[in-house]
Amino acid sequence: MSRQKPKLAVHKFSSCDGCQLALLNLGEPLLQLPTLVDIVHFAEAGPSDPTAKVDISLVEGSISTPEDVQRIQQVRENSEILVTVGACATAGGVQALANFANRNDWMSAVYTDPDQIETLQTSNAIAEYVKVDWELQGCPINSRQVIGLLRDLLSGVRPREELQPVCMECKRKGLICTLVSLGEPCMGPVTRAGCGALCPAAGRGCYGCYGPAEQVNDASLLQRFSQLGLDRQALARRFHFIVNQAPAFKAAGERLKSGSHDRNA
Amino acid sequence: MNSQDPQVVSRRPGFLTRDALEKLFIVLSQLGYQILGPVVRDGAIQFDTLSAADQLPRGVSNDQQPGHYRLEQGENQRQFDWNHGPQGLKPVCFSPREVLWAEQSNPPVFNPVPPNIEPTAVVGVRACDLAALAIQDRHFLSGSDPDPHYRQRRESLLLIGVDCARSAATCFCASTGDGPALDGGYDIGMAELDEGFLIWRESDKGRTVIDQLDLLPASDAQLETMLQSTTQASLAQQRNLPDCDELLLLYKRLEHAHWDNVAERCLSCGNCTAVCPTCFCYEASHEMSLDGETAQMVRQWDSCFSATHSSMGQYQVRPTVKQRYRQWLTHKLAGWQSQQGRIGCTGCGRCIAWCPVGIDLTAETVAVLEEGSLDV
Ligand code: SF4
Ligand code: SF4
Ligand code: SF4
Ligand code: SF4
Repeated sequence: MSRQKPKLAVHKFSSCDGCQLALLNLGEPLLQLPTLVDIVHFAEAGPSDPTAKVDISLVEGSISTPEDVQRIQQVRENSEILVTVGACATAGGVQALANFANRNDWMSAVYTDPDQIETLQTSNAIAEYVKVDWELQGCPINSRQVIGLLRDLLSGVRPREELQPVCMECKRKGLICTLVSLGEPCMGPVTRAGCGALCPAAGRGCYGCYGPAEQVNDASLLQRFSQLGLDRQALARRFHFIVNQAPAFKAAGERLKSGSHDRNA
Repeated sequence: MNSQDPQVVSRRPGFLTRDALEKLFIVLSQLGYQILGPVVRDGAIQFDTLSAADQLPRGVSNDQQPGHYRLEQGENQRQFDWNHGPQGLKPVCFSPREVLWAEQSNPPVFNPVPPNIEPTAVVGVRACDLAALAIQDRHFLSGSDPDPHYRQRRESLLLIGVDCARSAATCFCASTGDGPALDGGYDIGMAELDEGFLIWRESDKGRTVIDQLDLLPASDAQLETMLQSTTQASLAQQRNLPDCDELLLLYKRLEHAHWDNVAERCLSCGNCTAVCPTCFCYEASHEMSLDGETAQMVRQWDSCFSATHSSMGQYQVRPTVKQRYRQWLTHKLAGWQSQQGRIGCTGCGRCIAWCPVGIDLTAETVAVLEEGSLDV
């Protein structure tokens, strides 16, 4: 990283902009940010210089068009450190649900003139096209994650990765387990912490928007959830949801759909 | 059985009518204690601040099974007919997440961040949790460098215990020798009867409170009911653990096939360790401000089921769920015997009820000990 103020870019691909809002919602630290880095490109906030060479690029959104494919190569070339943020950039996003269907069929069902639309057959994670140095999971990510990541990168240390499941945050907050006390299926045990157990705090089960935890035991979860009235296909849909292309969730959903629950198969 | 029974003699209880329980709350407040006690919230018994006795649950009992917890509303007037919720005293003394100290970089200064502590009376503590507190005390307070935050919280407590007059299906404190009757470690003891409470002091701190309560004499029949209740609760327990010597054989079963069987079911979610009143593992990490000028050292509960717990640098000592579950069980039931002088389980059964997939440590222990052959 250079010795002057490091340069920062925030790039957007196919996404809802919610993760960029995590930056704009930093609160007081947002005022510190310009004293620490030169924000050279962040279209949603003002600065626009998409081809600038930078020290850190934060990339939101998935790759879903041929133009995206070109642009991400350029972003990679221009960035010393490239960090993907959110479910779209790290795993194709909710829009990747269409990866399970035939895109052309959908296009002709939705648009009168689908030939006008230039799109890839699938929505994909950034890491399928270029090397990614770090990633922040979450849909959307939150400000606490951004501060931790930027601080660690600015200090030149390896960013801390969240490796615990949502259950650990849930218990630390003193929340009552929805699964055990309500019999409501919860994806917390297989989902990575970081959100602060938002959904259990509201009395409902987690639906996995922070992506796979370090351990994903879908076979055991299936056994439990089926006692609670949630069948194999329904559980498959919970894995194939917001973070459906993350390898661990994708594979779990496929095992469930096909009925093979042998984790080692 | 009569009032000459040694247990009764050591307790010397008096009688407090149900209506007079309010008097206990008034005395505690007058002595400057904030009161922490059971409330029903989100479908579970939780400890929260109380101002009056009528905030206590009434006629509420609990159905606890592997992976299952439900409260049941009965007709009776009892206020301590439940056993416990997911937490007892652990979060009261060992905070789930707290700032240990604050730092600033220029000039470099480390500032203590003392916890905000008031004298606190905890009403309704069970025998298993008092036994667990004694284990946590040994862990955090013994040696030359006691944990200051834990100590301040611990010293602020006045503990009002209550005998368990019934057991949940997951309870097995009788087999670990920790319940269901109170057996030390508290300041004031209570036993609930249909018509009110037997109540006695166990410490000098407790005496100050008891002396102001105008207790009625307890009848022989009441004393007998008190003893019978805990005996029945004990006999009703459906689970147990093998004795301590047998548990040491876990060390000889490290390659037993049953560990793989548990690993197929275990989610590695850490719920068992979080609800366990004796588990004391934590992680501490720096949380820096964005500008890097200030930082906090934050400590929070960790678990041997999390990847970070056994990682050294980038190397994970226990990458598999099998290794983690084995670590948990062998440490708790065998390792603690040499480290702490007793097993690390007080039979509360929380890890069974609050495990999302209902893994039962008593069953897993027996399976590992009974099936298959010894390792060399
Ligand atoms: S509610 Fe969900 S996240 Fe919380 S402990 Fe239960 S399973 Fe885990
Ligand atoms: S609890 Fe689960 S679904 Fe809810 S915000 Fe957190 S990770 Fe997302
Ligand atoms: S190991 Fe389980 S039963 Fe034993 S004290 Fe811990 S939570 Fe309670
Ligand atoms: S035993 Fe149960 S509570 Fe403990 S880590 Fe495994 S699944 Fe979670």
